[in-house]
Amino acid sequence: MSSILEVKDLKVSFKTYAGEVKAVRGVSFDLKKGETLAIVGESGCGKTVTAKAILRLLKEPPAIIKEGSQIIFNGENVLKMNKKRLQHFRGGDISMIFQDPMTSLNPTMTIGNQIAESLIIHKKIKKKQAINEAIRLLEIVNIPNAKERIKSYPHQLSGGMRQRVMIAIALSCSPKILIADEPTTALDVTIQAQIIELLNELKREFNTSVVIVTHDLGVVANFADRVQVMYAGHVIETGNKYEIFYESKHPYTWALLNSVPRLDIECKAELHPLKGTPPDLILPLEGCPFASRCEYAMEICLEKKPEETSITDSHRVSCWLQDPRAPKVERPINLGGTTNE
Amino acid sequence: MGRYILKRVGLMLLTLWIIITLTFLLMHSIPGDPLANMARKLPEQIQQNYYQRYGLDKPVVVQYGIFMKNLITKGDLGESLVYPGRSVTETISKNSKVSGRLGIQALAMGVTIGITLGIIAALNRNRWPDFLVMFIAILGVSIPLFIIAALLQYFFTAKLELLPTTGWGKFKHTILPSIAMCFGSIATYARYMRSNVLEIVNQDYILTAKAKGVSEFNIIRKHIFRNAILPALTILGPQIAGIFTGAFVIERIFGIPGLGFYYINSINDRDYTMIIGTTVFFASLFIISQLVVDILYGVVDPRIRVSKNSR
Amino acid sequence: METAFRPVAVENKEKEVIARESVSYWKDAWRRLKTNKVAIVAIFILATIVIMTIIGPSISGHDYKEINSSMINQRPSVEHWFGTDALGRDIFSRVWQGGRISMIIGLTGALIATVVGSIYGSIAAYFGGRVDTIMMRIVEILISLPYLILVILISIILDSRSIGTMLLALTLAGWCGIARLVRGQMLQLKQQEFIMAAEALGVKPWKIIVKHLIPNCLGIIIVAISFDVPGYIFAEAFLSYIGLGIQPPGTSWGALASAAQQTFIFHPYQLFFPALMIGLTMLSFTLLGDGLRDALDPKLRQ
Repeated sequence: MSSILEVKDLKVSFKTYAGEVKAVRGVSFDLKKGETLAIVGESGCGKTVTAKAILRLLKEPPAIIKEGSQIIFNGENVLKMNKKRLQHFRGGDISMIFQDPMTSLNPTMTIGNQIAESLIIHKKIKKKQAINEAIRLLEIVNIPNAKERIKSYPHQLSGGMRQRVMIAIALSCSPKILIADEPTTALDVTIQAQIIELLNELKREFNTSVVIVTHDLGVVANFADRVQVMYAGHVIETGNKYEIFYESKHPYTWALLNSVPRLDIECKAELHPLKGTPPDLILPLEGCPFASRCEYAMEICLEKKPEETSITDSHRVSCWLQDPRAPKVERPINLGGTTNE
Repeated sequence: MGRYILKRVGLMLLTLWIIITLTFLLMHSIPGDPLANMARKLPEQIQQNYYQRYGLDKPVVVQYGIFMKNLITKGDLGESLVYPGRSVTETISKNSKVSGRLGIQALAMGVTIGITLGIIAALNRNRWPDFLVMFIAILGVSIPLFIIAALLQYFFTAKLELLPTTGWGKFKHTILPSIAMCFGSIATYARYMRSNVLEIVNQDYILTAKAKGVSEFNIIRKHIFRNAILPALTILGPQIAGIFTGAFVIERIFGIPGLGFYYINSINDRDYTMIIGTTVFFASLFIISQLVVDILYGVVDPRIRVSKNSR
Repeated sequence: METAFRPVAVENKEKEVIARESVSYWKDAWRRLKTNKVAIVAIFILATIVIMTIIGPSISGHDYKEINSSMINQRPSVEHWFGTDALGRDIFSRVWQGGRISMIIGLTGALIATVVGSIYGSIAAYFGGRVDTIMMRIVEILISLPYLILVILISIILDSRSIGTMLLALTLAGWCGIARLVRGQMLQLKQQEFIMAAEALGVKPWKIIVKHLIPNCLGIIIVAISFDVPGYIFAEAFLSYIGLGIQPPGTSWGALASAAQQTFIFHPYQLFFPALMIGLTMLSFTLLGDGLRDALDPKLRQ
């Protein structure tokens, strides 16, 4: 399968009064047709910035996409697109769903008009046709009474409904890639499951590639094919879903997995929360970004950034523990804390 | 919505009644003789006649009753103390046309220019159009309008001799007063719109629109403009108030025979019936305009419109 | 095993973390204000004007009341730095004497209104319920009146000619805005998670008020004061301008401007100096208010 999107050495900084915040520090990945890639990590690790950078939605300034970064869609460099091409690219080729459906719809426009807007731009159809198409889209995303609802304003809908409308907008022009930035974070748990299910269905139906940004490993397990773990602006481990869940090699990934409660195993001990906070992205970073919080940190971790090691074709990790000179460390299987007893 | 308007109108009538009563009682509680200024030299008999003519020999409560009865049944606010025979209501209705024309012209100018400048400033944030607009706006809010009026007179009439200094009747007479009057509105609106637009630009739904591929022009027109202009309606109320107070000063400076001009005169003459009448008129107009603005806002903004419907 | 691959103890790792200095709210606000050049210039201008209103009337060698019929309507000169008025009085002395009155009215007016308004607003927010409803209804009615008309009315009734009665007229109607502001802020704070968290942790009410509510309201109160001062200076000027303010021989910037208005086409300098002072003062307070707002709004902290 060929790649539809390639990100190479993406570096994004923000200028602030305190200095330059290097939010994304050389991220590379690719996305294949029909594939779903999950970008996972704590708040502030750069995952949302990466997602927004793909659509060039970051405000420049204060954001700066560094020289040498490349984002290639179907062989075309997104960073070199002109205004007109970019407008067509956004929404037409690639579209995005945001975290908070409460604020991501225009409060003074009916949802019908908001869906139609996108159709009128990209499909070049008349307003009337567009509204009919919008009704059809609302039905696809399972909004009851679509004909009535089309005249509603966003505040008249619940959070879940609004996110469905967002999905309808995003899929209206059958984009090749859908980027979902924490699409379920702001929703109730029961609604979360519905939205993920809907996305799953639509992804298959439209054969869309998806990049989903999340910190919810449950969503990843249900939805993603491949996972990319980010920490302090770096991709520290990437692999397919099974490799990450069962064969992960990076202590941060372990910590992330161990911080999720498991009900399938008899549990006697407490959860294992990850201690400490991520590094300040304004400060210069030497060595491995995770070293200060890592249980297995070695002296070299504080001095030199680890190189990427390939475990399999799809599984890569950046950690000094992969060095043959390092002590052998096994993932502490957190079976309800049995390792400690 | 209907119930809401009804409630608001009820509250407005209550406020109006409080104002009328307060004004009336306060003006009658002023120590000293209301006719003292002019009547002192008059013989006893004529003074008595005056008191009878204006009902001033009766107790205040009775005077209040008569005043309210005349006001409600005939819209009659009484007779000028200083110029006997001149009806307060007639004076107001005659002069308010002049003030109204000037005020509406100034308000319309202020709002349109202010909104336009504010949007231009926001969209050119931290570039020279922004700095220029903010400079004008800062001057507008911090320089009293009588100074602006004096400067305008100085340059456009004394130096350039383009426009008449004072007078009333033709369009050219309204230009300078309108500009001077709307300066404050321009400034307030420009500042308000700028910060509004800057806030909206950072809203998530603008990002959504961008992600949909909406062109920059259409984002401004369809998404930013509408959302920014709606709350701008809410500050229309204080602007109307500003226009009113502006009228006092501007009409005096430019010698315009409007209501503000006569109001200030009646204050200086201590013409109490005129003061009461004009105050009541100003206050009513002000309160009604605030109410209209509020209702208008409810009609235009879907968020408010619906929340009121469902109540 | 190579030394580089020796595990490091947790304590050693801590040393590697270079923490940024954490700054308190007021320190940070001051730092932000200091970097705002416009605000600093405004502070400087205001300080100069205040000092001049204190010493100005006595340094020119002419008393502000001194009438000199042989020196009427003189242009600015070495003898009379700002010129003389229609009665031959020294405008330099008069401008600073007038400024004294204008500044006193502006500052005390804003201060009184703020204190009254803050107390009123806090009481309404603190008691809530029916007390709040009634108190705010009163404010609503007061606020729905045109401010200057109210001031005019009160001035006529009080027959205001002195600073005291003028202040009374101006503040009687002027505290409503602040009351609303403080009440709103208090109510908003009361609902916020960190207050609830403090309550849930058993922090005593007075400590919540002192540590959380007051510091969080103080910012907006300070900003409101700096925006209110020019309002009072303008209101005073306005009243004096329409003849309801300070009476001769006393004077204020508004009174000076009013007196100069009639003949300014012939003697523009008579209007220029008081107008300049009113403008500069109002401008500086507005700019300072802008700077303070930027500095004190924690939401803008990055």
